[in-house]
Amino acid sequence: MAKFDYNKIFGSTIEAFQSFLKVPSTVTRFGSHVRDCNDLKRVMIIVVVALIPAFLVGTYNVGLQHSLAAGLDMGFWQMFFYGLLKVIPLYLVSYIVGLAIEFGSAQIKGHEVNEGYLVSGMIIPLIMPVDVPLWILALAVVFAVIIGKEIFGGTGMNIWNPALLARAFVFFAYPSAASGDSVWYAKSAVFGLGKDIDAFTGATALSQASEGAFSAAGVGQWSIADMLIGLMPGSVGETSVIAIAIGAIILIWTGVASWKIMVSSVLGALAIGGLCNLCAPEAASYLAMPAWYHLIIGGFAFGTVFMATDPVTSAQTEGGKWIYGFLVGAFCVILRVFNPGYPEGMMLSILLMNTFAPLIDHCVVSRNIKRRLARSQQK
Amino acid sequence: MVDFINIRKGLEVPVAGAPDRRIIDVAKIDTVAVKPTDFKHLAPKLMVKEGDKVLAGSVLFVDKARPRIQFTSPVSGTVDQIVRGDKRKLLAVVVKADEKTQYKEFEPVKVESASAEQIISALLESGLWPCIKQRPYGIIPAPEVAPKAIFVSGFHSAPLSSDLDFSLREELDSVQAAVRAFLKILPGGVHFGIKASNHASTPFHKLSGVKFHTFEGPHPAGNVGVQISKVCPIAKGDVVWTVDLHLMAVIGRFLLKGIVDMSKIVAVGGPMAKTPGYVKGVCGMSMKNIGTLVAEKPELSLQKGQKVRFVSGSPLTGTNVGEDGYLGFYDDSVSLLSEGNYNEWFGWAKIFRPKKFSFSRGYFSWLTPRKKYAMDTNTNGGVRAFVLSGYYDKVFPMDIYPVYLLKACLAGDIEKMEQLGIYEVVEEDFALCDYICPSKIECQKIISDGIDLMLKEME
Repeated sequence: MAKFDYNKIFGSTIEAFQSFLKVPSTVTRFGSHVRDCNDLKRVMIIVVVALIPAFLVGTYNVGLQHSLAAGLDMGFWQMFFYGLLKVIPLYLVSYIVGLAIEFGSAQIKGHEVNEGYLVSGMIIPLIMPVDVPLWILALAVVFAVIIGKEIFGGTGMNIWNPALLARAFVFFAYPSAASGDSVWYAKSAVFGLGKDIDAFTGATALSQASEGAFSAAGVGQWSIADMLIGLMPGSVGETSVIAIAIGAIILIWTGVASWKIMVSSVLGALAIGGLCNLCAPEAASYLAMPAWYHLIIGGFAFGTVFMATDPVTSAQTEGGKWIYGFLVGAFCVILRVFNPGYPEGMMLSILLMNTFAPLIDHCVVSRNIKRRLARSQQK
Repeated sequence: MVDFINIRKGLEVPVAGAPDRRIIDVAKIDTVAVKPTDFKHLAPKLMVKEGDKVLAGSVLFVDKARPRIQFTSPVSGTVDQIVRGDKRKLLAVVVKADEKTQYKEFEPVKVESASAEQIISALLESGLWPCIKQRPYGIIPAPEVAPKAIFVSGFHSAPLSSDLDFSLREELDSVQAAVRAFLKILPGGVHFGIKASNHASTPFHKLSGVKFHTFEGPHPAGNVGVQISKVCPIAKGDVVWTVDLHLMAVIGRFLLKGIVDMSKIVAVGGPMAKTPGYVKGVCGMSMKNIGTLVAEKPELSLQKGQKVRFVSGSPLTGTNVGEDGYLGFYDDSVSLLSEGNYNEWFGWAKIFRPKKFSFSRGYFSWLTPRKKYAMDTNTNGGVRAFVLSGYYDKVFPMDIYPVYLLKACLAGDIEKMEQLGIYEVVEEDFALCDYICPSKIECQKIISDGIDLMLKEME
């Protein structure tokens, strides 16, 4: 087949839809004559599949938290459908806005459309407070895709994780929509499900923990089982550690995400958490919270599994992955415990380490270079 | 002393049609070609014209920059055609073969008493010097520069490649003669890699004078570059010679008999081969000799109606020579693959894709580890930027960061390429990266261009 002409009117768009439906008929011209049947579409779809458990539990949890906040007695399916009605608009906005920009910029550059946004678009609603206004979400997506990705050249070239940039954008530009204690609940009725409630606040586990409201049984009013299953307020997809763990197993088994980053991130959090425990001045200090609680509250688990492991923005060398992951976990706990301004440290921790990942890799690769240099000087 | 080296990283690409250990045909040689394009970085100077009579061993062209390096005809006959491409670039010299090959007589070399210089000039005159490749760069070495080591891999590990224990089973004496000659050039410096699983049954374990190294593990354990990197990695300024074992046999026959006998037993395999096996042929033989061995395979529904691609060499590293093409100088196998000009509906979205193999566990081919696949030349996806990290490392058993080296090549940063190990690799070392890459990046092409840039810089 002749090379596809991406520059003709809607060339990129047509190619994207064609190759979405059927594998292109291109044949090898250089190098290996046969190729593996794995491509980036498959890689991306695996990540999307791995996110489904977190999506399902999160959706149910939206309904549950609304039901509790409104004092309603909704059934399981009612809660789930309420959650769906709340979450689906987020998805519509995320995908329509994000993909429109992706297709547009691919067309401008005369490129093929990249699959990266399939995953970013799936993740963005899961790390937003459920009540985030849709126009803010749309702005965040615009910011994340253009500033976070396209100006660097698209998927594979970006420095920061685009989904986290969307989160950071909302967090800093519209703090009232993304932080505080009132944003984590859906507060309005949709199509007759649920009911409007105003000015409801309920502190999240993270802010309760920072005030010392934890015990051996759990944090605040949530038991450890609640925290593992994810029946607590928080961003849509971040609450259920079990659902995220299922995703982690899929990602590790298929080799899409690095287990080294996940393990070292957990180790980093436990190390700093343990250190905090040792230095805790009193039992009610945040420092005294059992280190492993950090793993199951807030966005730690979701960030570790789905965001720190983003292969483009994380460290690329195997040695670098251990260092990078450890520092992600360590900074997350440091930010949580010592920075009163931000109850959640994971977002900033990952963005910080995204920034430093190339430096870590540089150091690791330099060792390889030095080894090679030493060999040539031995003679 | 025999050392044992376990290669853990790598992949056996399960292409259907591995050649059976039997001779299925004796090719009737009609035309052969010697192609300057088989030799990296060669600017040839033509020494014959159409209609000239040549013997096996007569010079056809020489290296313009180093005229001592000659390229000779593998058969006797008449120069039939001088094939030129763009800008009159010499692509091939085609010789129409006589019924019976007549050999140019060379003075047989008495290896025991000959000096290194005598052996080198005999190899240069006979046109067998180009059997040697050097690392860095994978080019023909300069005769004046002594190597640090000479490496011969005693087995192929690439898919569909020739089983040297079978194809060279009668060539032990020739190989031994070649080894003796190389020991004269570099005393004690000939290294020989053998496969751990048959290190005692291979005829070549009887070779004397070489340093044996046994290798265990999947492809690329048989690639000489991997073996060098494990035994004595190349540093800046080093030159290591590598010789394919089947060309060692050719050199040995020349030393023993004084004739350039380039006949070889060629493995013919692949999904489109009727009966995968071995063919008695000659260096540079025509693919028309192989054409009769292509099968109609109606059961391959995906590839229905597709043309056959004739690949000289393995499916991972070979050259697409076309049905009218000729076997490459360094190749001892032909892979018959189906072209992949078809659209597969919902290919990437299928949960199961039983006709395709994947290294990744994102598909389910790991459930059927013994299955062989009728692979074709479809790229199975579009070209993208580097996305996954650490993926190439799983099949790249050298102490090199492949993506960093590739990016240095793409950027044309000579200094970085040097620091990251360009001297240690040639294209074939990146073949598996090509194969597994989900972004469909042409790693071998990038490395090839990188090496070209280095060579240009050296001039």
